[in-house]
Amino acid sequence: MRIALFITCFNDTLAPEVGRAVVRLLRRLGHEVDFPEAQTCCGQLHFNTGYREACVPLVRRFADAFAGYDVVVTPSPSCAVMVRDQQPVVAAMAAERGLDPSLPERVAAVSPKVYELTEFLVDTLGVTDVGATFRHRVAFHPTCHSVRLLHIGDRPRRLLGEVRGLTLVDLADADQCCGFGGTFAVKNPDTSLAMGADKVAAILATGAEVLTAADTSCLLHLGGMLSRAGSPVRVLHLAEILASVEGAA
Amino acid sequence: MTRQPLPTFAGTPPFPEAAKAALADGQLRTNLAHATSTIRTKRARAVAERDDWEALRLAGAAIKDEVLRDLPAMLERLEQEVAAAGGVVHWARDAAEANALVVSIVRTAGAREVVKVKSMVTQEIELNEALAREGIDAWETDLAELIVQLGHDLPSHILVPAIHRNRREIRDIFTAEMGQVGRPAPADLSDAPRELAEAARLHLREKFLRARVAVSGANFAVAETGTVMVVESEGNGRMCLTLPEILITVMGIEKLVPTWQDLEVFLQLLPRSSTAERMNPYTTMWTGVTPGDGPRAFHLILLDNGRTDVLADRVGRQTLRCIRCSACLNVCPVYERTGGRAYGSPYPGPIGAILTPQLRGIVRGPVDAQTASLPYASSLCGACFDACPVRIDIPEVLVHLRARVVETGSPHHRLPTSEQLAIAAAGQVLRTPRRLRLAQAFGALGGWIIGRRGWIRRLPGPPIVSGWFRGRDLRAPAREPFRAWWRRSGRHGKPP
Repeated sequence: MRIALFITCFNDTLAPEVGRAVVRLLRRLGHEVDFPEAQTCCGQLHFNTGYREACVPLVRRFADAFAGYDVVVTPSPSCAVMVRDQQPVVAAMAAERGLDPSLPERVAAVSPKVYELTEFLVDTLGVTDVGATFRHRVAFHPTCHSVRLLHIGDRPRRLLGEVRGLTLVDLADADQCCGFGGTFAVKNPDTSLAMGADKVAAILATGAEVLTAADTSCLLHLGGMLSRAGSPVRVLHLAEILASVEGAA
Repeated sequence: MTRQPLPTFAGTPPFPEAAKAALADGQLRTNLAHATSTIRTKRARAVAERDDWEALRLAGAAIKDEVLRDLPAMLERLEQEVAAAGGVVHWARDAAEANALVVSIVRTAGAREVVKVKSMVTQEIELNEALAREGIDAWETDLAELIVQLGHDLPSHILVPAIHRNRREIRDIFTAEMGQVGRPAPADLSDAPRELAEAARLHLREKFLRARVAVSGANFAVAETGTVMVVESEGNGRMCLTLPEILITVMGIEKLVPTWQDLEVFLQLLPRSSTAERMNPYTTMWTGVTPGDGPRAFHLILLDNGRTDVLADRVGRQTLRCIRCSACLNVCPVYERTGGRAYGSPYPGPIGAILTPQLRGIVRGPVDAQTASLPYASSLCGACFDACPVRIDIPEVLVHLRARVVETGSPHHRLPTSEQLAIAAAGQVLRTPRRLRLAQAFGALGGWIIGRRGWIRRLPGPPIVSGWFRGRDLRAPAREPFRAWWRRSGRHGKPP
C-alpha cells in the first residue's frame, strides 16, 4: 500500500507538528508514508468563498501530485470533504469552460482514495488502540465538517477512548459550530467571535487541560480566542494525542 | 386615524454590520437563545418518534422535484380546477402586479380593511404597505404577527415572527397600542401568557366579525382538485378563511403538490419540523366556493416574483422545495445569535440567505451589497441541511451563490477589493511548492519579528486580515514548516 500524506496548507505552515505526529503515528503502526512535495492546497478556502476559477490550478496540482498513490491520508476532515465532494465540482466547471478538459477524469482517479486520518485508522487499518498514552483531561470538539459533511461519526471518540491515561470530559453543545467557518471568521468577525465565545465558555466549564479536534482550522480559531483570553488550556490536534507515548507531552 | 409609517427592511446594512448591532443587544440574544434552544429540543424529540423520518424527507424532496419539473402543466391544471369550482385565478409576474390585483379586488368590493392570515408571501411583496398607500387597513390576526404589527416592528422569524420579544415586552406593546387601532387591552393586563392571549382574542374578535375581505397565503395547493390549504395553530386562520365574504389567496407558484395523497408526506413533515407537533391544530382546505358556506367569492393570485429565475438555475432550484417550516432557523448558530432582522428580508436564517438573493435576481446579474452579503452569512456548518424536511442542501446553494457574487461582481467596485487581492495573492502563493516555500520563509521571519511567544496579537491591514485579530490571536507561522522538516529529516525516517 503506497500511502501519501496530504498535510494541508494550514498544517504545513502554521502547525507542522500535526504532520510530524501523523508520520510518527503511522510509522509506529508499521506503515511508511510519503510526502509528495508537489502538493500545496486543496482549494477549500477559494471554493467556499466563491472563487471557483482560482481553484482550478490548485485542484489540478492536487490531482497530479497524488496520482499513483493507493491511499492519501489527511489530518483534516474539511479538506477531505473538499477533495471528495467539491473538487469534482471544480473539475466539471473547468471542463465546461474549456480550462482543462481532462481534469474531471484526473480528479475522479484520486479523490476517492483520500481518507481523513481517523477514517484511515479505523476503517482501512482496522485499529482503534494505536498504543498511545496521554495522561490529561481532554475536551473533544467534534467539528461540523467531521460530523455533518464527512460523517466520520464516533471514530475520533473510539480512538481517544483507547488512549491510556486520558480522561475525556463532556463538552456541552459539542455539535454546535465553533464559529470559524473559513473566511466567515474574517468576513463576519463579530458573529464568528460570538459563536466562539460560547464554545470557549463550554470548554472552560469542563475543567479540561487540553482541547482537541480532528481539524486544525477550528483549533486555530478556538486556540486564538483562548490565547487572547489568557487561558492555560492547551490546544492539540487529535493526531498529536494519538502519536504521544509514555513520558512524552 | 393617523398612523406611524410602516417599518420596512429597506435600508438594512450588509449582514456583518446588521449582525453587529443585533449582537450588541443582550436582551435580544437572551430571548433568541432561550427560544431556539427550546424549539430545537422539542423538534428533535418529535422527529425521533418517526423511524421513517429519512424516508419521509426523501419523499418530500422527490414530490417537490416532480412539481418543479412539471410546473407549467401543473399550474394550468390547478387553474382549471379552481375555475371549475367557482374561483377566479389571477397570474402575477411580480410584487407590483400582485399588490395591484389585491387592491383592485378590495376596492371593487367597496371595503376599507382586510383581515389577514399569517403569510410569508404577502410580506415578500409588502402587501400591507401597498394597501396602506391606498387607504386600506390590513389587520394581522396571527398572535405573533399582531405583536409585530402593534409594536411597529419587523418580523424576525418565519414561524414565530415575534421570537425576539419576551412576555413583558408583549404586555407593554398590547397596553400601549391595542387601543389605538381597536379594542384596548384590559387596564390590569399582566404578562401571564393566558391573559395576553385573551387580550389578543378579544381585540381580534371585533375585526373578524366586521371584515368583509380576508387575505391569506397558502401552505399547499393540490393540482388535481384545485384545493388550497392553510395549516395553523391558533384558529385565527379558520376565522379569516370562513367568515368574510371575499377571500383572496396569494400563493407562490412553487406551493403545488400533484395529488391529495402527496399531502400525507407534507402533513407529517411540516408540523414536526416547524412547531415540533405531530399534527397542527387547524388545517383548513377549500376548493373554489361553496354556496351557503364560507366566502362567496374566492380569488387565487399565482405569484412568480423571481421564482422562474430560481427554477432555471440547476443548483439553486432546490430552494423552491421549501415549505417554510423554519427548522433551519432554529438550528442555525448564526441565526441564534444575530436574530432575523439582520437578514434584511422577511425570509431570515439559512433559507433566507439563499432564497432572498435568488428572488432578487443574483443568478441573472449583479446585486446590491446587502443582498451580496447574505450568502456569506453562514459558517457552512451544515446543521440546516440535516434539519431540512425536504433536503435542501443549503450549504451547497450558499457556496454556489457565493460564486455568483464573485463572478458577477458588484457594480459599486471598479477597483479590486482587498478581499479579491488577498484571495488572488493566496492563489498565487499556493500555485507552486516553490512559491509556498518562499512565502513560508517570509511568514516565519515576520512571525518571529512581531510574534510574542509564538502568537501574533495584532496585524495591520484591510478587514479581511484585521478582522481575525478583533478577539483572537494567531499562531505565528512555524520556524520550520512541515515541508522543510520533511526535506531535512522526515523522509529519511529520523525520529520526528
